[in-house]
Order: sequence, then structure tokens, then C-alpha cells
Amino acid sequence: MAANTETMTINMGPQHPSTHGVLQLILELDGEIVVKATPHIGFLHRGIEKLSEHRTYHQTIPLTDRLDYLAPMSNNLGYVLAVEKLLGITDEIPERVQRIRVIMTELTRLKSHLVWLACHALDIGAMTVFLYCFRERECITDIYEKVSGARMTSNYFRVGGLADDLPDGLEGEIRTFAESIPAHVEEYEGLLTGNRIWQKRTIGVGEISAEAAIDIGITGPALRATGVDWDLRRDNPYSGYDDYEFEVPVRKGCDTFDRYRVRLDEMRQSALIIIQALDKLKPGPILADCPKVVLPPKKDVVNNIESLIHHFKIVTEGFKTEPGEIYQSVEAPKGELGFYLIADGSAYPFRMKIRPPSFVNLQGLPQMVEGKLLADVIAVIGTLDIVLGEIDR
Amino acid sequence: MVMTPEVLTLSEAPWLFTGVMLVKIIVAFVATLLIVAYATYAERKIIGRMQTRMGPNMTGPKGLLQPIADGLKLFFKEDIIPSQAHWFAFILAPMMILAPAFISISVIPFGGDLHFTYDGILYAVPMQITDLNIGVLFIVAMAGLGVYGIVLAGLASNSKYALLGGIRSTAQMISYELAVGLSIVAIFMLSETLSLRGIVAVQQQPLWGLESLSFIPNWYIFCQPLAFCLFVIGSMAEINRTPFDLPEAETELVSGFCTEYSAMKYALFFMAEYANMITVSAIATTLFLGGWGGPFYGWINFLIKVFAFMFFFIWIRATFPRLRYDQLMFLGWKIMLPLALVNIVITGIAILLW
Repeated sequence: MAANTETMTINMGPQHPSTHGVLQLILELDGEIVVKATPHIGFLHRGIEKLSEHRTYHQTIPLTDRLDYLAPMSNNLGYVLAVEKLLGITDEIPERVQRIRVIMTELTRLKSHLVWLACHALDIGAMTVFLYCFRERECITDIYEKVSGARMTSNYFRVGGLADDLPDGLEGEIRTFAESIPAHVEEYEGLLTGNRIWQKRTIGVGEISAEAAIDIGITGPALRATGVDWDLRRDNPYSGYDDYEFEVPVRKGCDTFDRYRVRLDEMRQSALIIIQALDKLKPGPILADCPKVVLPPKKDVVNNIESLIHHFKIVTEGFKTEPGEIYQSVEAPKGELGFYLIADGSAYPFRMKIRPPSFVNLQGLPQMVEGKLLADVIAVIGTLDIVLGEIDR
Repeated sequence: MVMTPEVLTLSEAPWLFTGVMLVKIIVAFVATLLIVAYATYAERKIIGRMQTRMGPNMTGPKGLLQPIADGLKLFFKEDIIPSQAHWFAFILAPMMILAPAFISISVIPFGGDLHFTYDGILYAVPMQITDLNIGVLFIVAMAGLGVYGIVLAGLASNSKYALLGGIRSTAQMISYELAVGLSIVAIFMLSETLSLRGIVAVQQQPLWGLESLSFIPNWYIFCQPLAFCLFVIGSMAEINRTPFDLPEAETELVSGFCTEYSAMKYALFFMAEYANMITVSAIATTLFLGGWGGPFYGWINFLIKVFAFMFFFIWIRATFPRLRYDQLMFLGWKIMLPLALVNIVITGIAILLW
């Protein structure tokens, strides 16, 4: 006689310690085995896309900080590049700006990966790695604070340039930090990579084939761990990335362990890019020479009638663009972050659509966890590196 | 004139015996409670150091009053019984988990005999609440009882996470109790006694009975290293500590079986966890590390060894990630249990041959 068994439905989240924010998963469990997993999203929806339709192009930059709040500069960069493309001033961005943008976005990648590693390890039970990672992250937030005044929501990039130049002495600090990264990554690897328990918890967990990953549209480290060699920084360069020598780490395991190794290798590469960019950094202007778009220096505003007019126009009504549609994507720490802008010739975008990597990557979750154990759900949520601010927007 | 000390018994001096017994119980209980409180402090400080942070340092000098502050806080919190919970079992569960943890302490010998003169007679009092002739069995039985508290907590809470935690811990504790129980069978085979005092006495002889090795005591860790490893790993699983802390795996099950508990009832679970840690360390010390034997005065040796074990447990917690449920079962049934059986067979053969 067959036993009468029932599945148990549990609500994981939105109030749960390891759903990385407010993700809700409806899990159907047969004992400890997941029969069905349904992600419910939208608990952090703030309507950023809609809000941007009623703000000038500059006013939207602070909103982008709040997409993937663990990697604010990447979001800033994606948006700023999109607007610059719309204005057709991409080629006029000064070299120093390009270099500083690369340094800052690579620091952001490190910051995002550090938080990812910290939380992922903590989810699997390794508490010490969490604090080690946050120790290094603290250095990056300090650098952020020095350049932008804010530790998390940096709002540092501007259309046509940067909010401000790097403060004195910061270049040395960034260099020291970037040079220390390989040793720190070594330290994390020492605690995790060779650890038998860590290997048991990650190897073969949350597998997804390259075909399935491409079908869903998974990008970033999660895609590169399936053996697909695709990185926008190299394959569709922006902001002068073709100027640097770096490797794109690719692995073929398709599982949580290889996604972990890909991200750790990326951290090493990011440190290399930062050092190269610092080597090539030369003094120069930090704003493009586009008076209709870029705010003039304060000194000119009070001495020069032309500058005063530009200042007044940009501050009160923003700059206008030609009507058109553009799509600009960047390789954010979590994958391809795209901004799709439709302009109708006014100072506001007609529509802004964001392609957040976490949102797309999350779609892979059900097929990665169904048939696996409850503990694997946690490992998979961690390995996908989702941020709900970006998913819900 | 040298007097041979007389053993204090109930029939010869009933009042004196009762008084001494009460003093022993109170001292052992208070000492355990204090160690429980400061084990939490030590854990936070030590892990803090290992993780490049400070640990508690604001409450009192160097944060020393932190455990007391925590206790007070939990004591004054609102004691919530969820409306869907079974209230009687819900209240009973934390007591059922704490009591066995403390009762086990009663059969553990802390030191040698204490001598004192009363009414002209020299008495010898063992530093142990009671020397049961089946001491080890008693401890195994108490460890078995501890499971009921967790199961009951999981069921009575009527919450899915608590239920999952309860199921996990039942399976875990039962399977690891087998391995732990079998690993210490080898000890009885060597010592030929189940009394913990007897086991310690045997361990004070020279190693393997050889006079040439008399500088090394006959601690069972030397002749039973496999049993020792199995015991330590199994005990970590039994007291639900990392890497076997699945029943309360925070990131998976919120808090496992104690998800719905608050205030003093939660504190009881918390205390039970540390009391179990002390008990297990004390048992390991007694069975494998020669109990109170060592270079210093009796109970000081004992405490040093117990604290060394606790430090080891804390250290493990700062180092390892958590195993998965199926991997835990695999380790328990397919690796540790056969190894424990093999160890018994080898010990048996060795006893027959020598």
C-alpha cells in the first residue's frame, strides 16, 4: 500500500535571513526536497523607471544608485553612458574621466563581489569569511566617501564627466588597496576553496547548462561559469576598456563552486585593471567641453554672461536631446546592465527601461533548485548574487 | 598518628552526609551556570578576535558584564506563546532540554578525595556528586532525553520552520548518538568498569602498564585515538554545533526548533546549548584525557582540560561552513558508525592478544 504523503508549502521570505532582501520564495517541499520553487518579487518596487520620466536627465542619476545598491557606480556608469550616447557626446569625454570611471567601476565590482562572497559564505555557514570580506569592503566605502561624500549611494558620475576630481593622495590609497587584493583573495580561498565541506556544499549544486543559461538570458559570472566566454568589457568595450589588458575568467563546471571561482578570479582581474588605470591616469579636465550639457565652473558663472545663461538653463530646465532611441549596456558585477532610453526631444526621457542582470538571472532559480534539497536553495540564492533593489526597481 | 580516612556514608552520619551532598550539588550547579554564562562571553570574544573584531566590550570592564546583561534582558522580555502552539508542550520543551544537560554533570568526577575531620573522625569525600556504577550509561541516557526537548519544541510551536528543525535534529541526534555510544564502548572494554571514577583511576596508571613509560599517564586518547576522534565529532553533532548546526541553521530555517521562542524560554535553549557543550567537554576529559589527573591540583587540571575542549569547539565554529542534511546522515551512518564498530573489533582482538 502506498503511503499517503503530502507536500508542505513553506513561505521563504520576504522576512527571512538569507533571501538577500525581500525575495519571497514559495517552496513546495517533500520532506527536505524541493518539488517546486516560485519566486515572488516586487516587495521593493519604487517605480524608478516611471520616476525618471518626470526628472531631467541629471536628476535620474541618484535614482540609479538605488538599483543595485551594492554596486552604485556601475549603475551610474550605465546610465551616464546611455545619456551620453543619446546626446552623441561619447567621443568628447576626456581621458581622465574615462580612467577614473574605470577605476571606480572596478572598485564597485570588487565591492559587489566582496559582499556577495561574504553573504554566500555566511549562508552556507562560514561566518569568518563574512567579516574578512566586510573588512576589505570598508576600505572601498572609505574611498567612495572621499570621492563622492557618500559611502553607498555615491552619485559620482555626471553626464559628460564626474562630479569632482579625485582628492589629493587618494590615488596612492587606491593603489595600495588594489595591490592588497590578491593577498586577501588568497586568504578567502584558504578558508573556502580547499575546504571539504565547502566543496561538498557547492560542487554540483545549482547546475544549469550553457544552453539553458543563454535561453534565459543569464549574464555575468553565472554565464561565464557555464563555459560561455562573454564579457561586455572586452566584447563591446565602453569607457576605454579596450585600453587595458585583462583576462575574462571562464570555467565549465556550471555549478555553484565554479561560479564562486569565476568571481574570485574576477576580483584579481579587477585589481589588475585598477592598477593599470592608475598607471595611465594623467591630469586633465574632468568634464567634457559641452557647454549645453555640462554645468560651467562656478568661477565662470559669476564672471561670464554666457556661462551664467548656460548654468541657469541647465539648472532650471535641464538639457534637451534629439528625439531617438538608444540602448547602452555595461558589464555590471552581476551581469549585463542595460539602459534603454526613448527621447522625445524634451528635457525628460519619454521612457526609460532598465535591463537589470539580477532580474534575468533570478529566472534560472526554479530549474536550479527543483529536485534538490532545501539547503541548496540557500546556496543557489547566494550564488546567483541577486539584489532586490535591482530586480524590483 | 596517621588516620585512614573513612568514607562518609548516609547510614553512619546522615546529617553530615546530607549537608555535604547539598554543598556539592550547589557548588557544581552554580559553577556550571557561571561557566555557561561566561562560555557565551568567551565564545563571542574568541570568535571576535578570530574575525578581526572586538567582541563585547561596552558592558562593564572589557564587557565582562555582558552575559549578565543578556540574561537580564531576556528575563524581562515578553514571554510569547503563539496562539497556534500547544501551550503545555511549548512550556515543557525548554525545561526538558535544559534539565538533562545539567543532570549529566552529577556523575562527573571533578577531582580526587577531599579530606576533613569532623567529631574526631577523618572523612574522605569524593569531588563528585554521585559515583554511579553505571555512570557512562547514565550520561548516554541523559543525552538521549535531550532529544525529546528539541522534538517537542519543534512540534509544539506549530510552525513549519520549527517543525523542519525538530525533524532534522531528531534524525541527527539519534544517528550520532549511536556512533558516540559505540565509540566509548571501546573504553569500557579497556577499563572494565562503567563508573567514571573507576575510568579516571585506570587512566592514572603508567601508559600501557609499562613502568619505563611512567612519565606519560595511561590516558585513553593514546590507546584509543580513533574512538577519541569519533567521540569528539559525534559530540559536536549531538550538541548541534558548527559544522553540524543544522537544526538551528539560521540561514535556512530562521532559527530551527526555537524560531517561535522568546524571552526566558529562549534563554533556556541558549543555556542548554552551552551546558551541553560543557557536559560533552567534561565527558571527553573524563573518558579520554584522564579526568582530574595532571600536574596541578585536582579540579584545576579538570577545568583546564574542559576549557581546552570548549576552545576547540569555538575555534571550529569560526572555521567551518555547515554540512547539508544528506551529507550529515552519510557521515553519521556510513562513515562514523562502521569506524566505531571496527574500532571495537580491533580493541577486542588487542585485549585477547595481550
